[in-house]
Amino acid sequence: MTLTSASKAPPRTRGDGPPFLMALPALLLFALFALVPMAIVVYLSFTRWDGLGAPSWTGFDNWRTALTSDVTRHALWLTVKLMVVSWVVQTPLSLLLGVFVAGKQRYRALLAVFYFVPLLISTAAIAVIFKNLLDPNFGLGAVLDLPLLNQNWLGDPELAFYAVVFVISWQFLPFHTLLYQAGARQIPASLYEAAAIDGAGRLKQFWHITLPQLRYTIVTSSTLMTVGSLTYFDLVFVLTGGGPGYATRILPLDMYITGFQSNEMGLASAISVVLVLAGLVLSLALVRFSGFSRMRSQQAGM
Amino acid sequence: MSALSHAPSTEPPGAPSRPLSPAPPSGRARLRRLGRSNPLGALGGLVWLVIVLVPVYWVVVTSLRTREGYFEANPLSVPTDPTLENYRQVLDNGFTHYLLNSLVVTTGATLLTLAVSFLAAYAIVRGTSRALRWAFSVFLLGLAIPLQATIIPVYYLIAKAQMYDTLLAIVLPSAAFAIPLTVIILVNFLRDIPDELYESMRAEGAGHWRMLWSLALPLSRPALITVTIYDALNVWNGFLFPLILTQSPDKRVLPLFVWSFQGEFTINVPAILAAVVLSTLPIVALYILGRRQLVSGLTAGFGK
Repeated sequence: MTLTSASKAPPRTRGDGPPFLMALPALLLFALFALVPMAIVVYLSFTRWDGLGAPSWTGFDNWRTALTSDVTRHALWLTVKLMVVSWVVQTPLSLLLGVFVAGKQRYRALLAVFYFVPLLISTAAIAVIFKNLLDPNFGLGAVLDLPLLNQNWLGDPELAFYAVVFVISWQFLPFHTLLYQAGARQIPASLYEAAAIDGAGRLKQFWHITLPQLRYTIVTSSTLMTVGSLTYFDLVFVLTGGGPGYATRILPLDMYITGFQSNEMGLASAISVVLVLAGLVLSLALVRFSGFSRMRSQQAGM
Repeated sequence: MSALSHAPSTEPPGAPSRPLSPAPPSGRARLRRLGRSNPLGALGGLVWLVIVLVPVYWVVVTSLRTREGYFEANPLSVPTDPTLENYRQVLDNGFTHYLLNSLVVTTGATLLTLAVSFLAAYAIVRGTSRALRWAFSVFLLGLAIPLQATIIPVYYLIAKAQMYDTLLAIVLPSAAFAIPLTVIILVNFLRDIPDELYESMRAEGAGHWRMLWSLALPLSRPALITVTIYDALNVWNGFLFPLILTQSPDKRVLPLFVWSFQGEFTINVPAILAAVVLSTLPIVALYILGRRQLVSGLTAGFGK
């Protein structure tokens, strides 16, 4: 037995593997539309280009403008703020909801079915829905004259930011709830039984068993959430268009408006580079401190 | 804390298989933490249910109202004389054409992604060369590239290639950006196929293409379903590439249609919401038909 299996699985030699050629189409397609653009965007950030003619070299002009522009700085700050606030809002809520619907009762499974609904709607449609739902004249809060909800949600600079956070949470909480539900279901019941024997109450069990056991789920969810927060473009674009004023003009939006509405593609490219760097730094930091590689090896080991 | 821990722990609720305690497996063995009532949690769960469902309910009932009804009726009441007029209006505005565009783009991009990613994943898992290991790192790194950061150069490339304002212009970059995650998920799955299966096929003289086609492909069906759904949904809902890479109305895909429709019909909210409902129906149908696959596809295996 040992003999046959040994003879059947000789150490693979170099020539045995499939040819590199097989990976080439994927690499080429990905390189063409993701890696090559990286190079082009850096080049364009040193040019003046209106999107139609030929780009002309201008050196560091765009960078000087971008780095000193109050609008862009504000956009960067808003992006970070949005990342942090939406994480702070979503993580505890999705964790609690996820753990709750991980329960065995049938009504909880049913709840999860309904929680899932926002994930079926496209971002553009969600933004359109809430744009009308939050309308100061004909929106739900206004017409029903609900005490707290009757506000000019999208017209007030202060409120608009939190309206965006709310809609983002409405859209993405279901996804993270699902992650936590799946995570909580994998916690061995014996841990809770042992804790119950020791007389630990529900809160203690949650604090000392559930939370530590969910740490990889927390890492995964947080990684997706923070990196994903750089991609909230469509939602904000349709919901507020960055307004009122600059109140919700996050970095991707700032780039889009600069490039495709003001036709300053060069300047917009400089903003893109900032965005790419932010994404890379963020991902690397998250991978370093916890995350994705650990998750992969966990999966690969299974 | 004491308010929460009212579940009496009078006796150890042991599952029979538990090795820790020798307590007799009583009839209440099933009474576990998962079975306890949790009024506070239930309340929170209900509150979130209301937050999720009220907007959805509002969309549906409003889409059935007349324009006058929208301004007069209580927004949450069931419409007294429901009308399908709004839906007719959406259909009259070329909805089926946009639906078709969305289907073409989604199918094209998803098939392209799956084909090239599966080849790459197979090569990476079975391969031994350094170039393939390097390829895998490229895809891993690729996960970190935010899509919108590349829209200007992608626009530049597409314009240079004379593809601006075609459906192909949406398909290619959408597929390209789906590749990294697709490859990674497939690689993780293909790794679990035991070496022996390949070796026995090889012993029969099978080459890589045959092993790929008649061994790896059928065995990775679950993973393929997952990534298909994940990729297809992403393309289906994609907004940014269609926005910057197409221009003429007849090239619109559904998300773009919903957005432009609400721009044109600003005050006709029932019609706008009918467009929202119609554009969502295909996915709702999918959800009803295959909830489990859809859920696993949406989380793309992150829930594991």
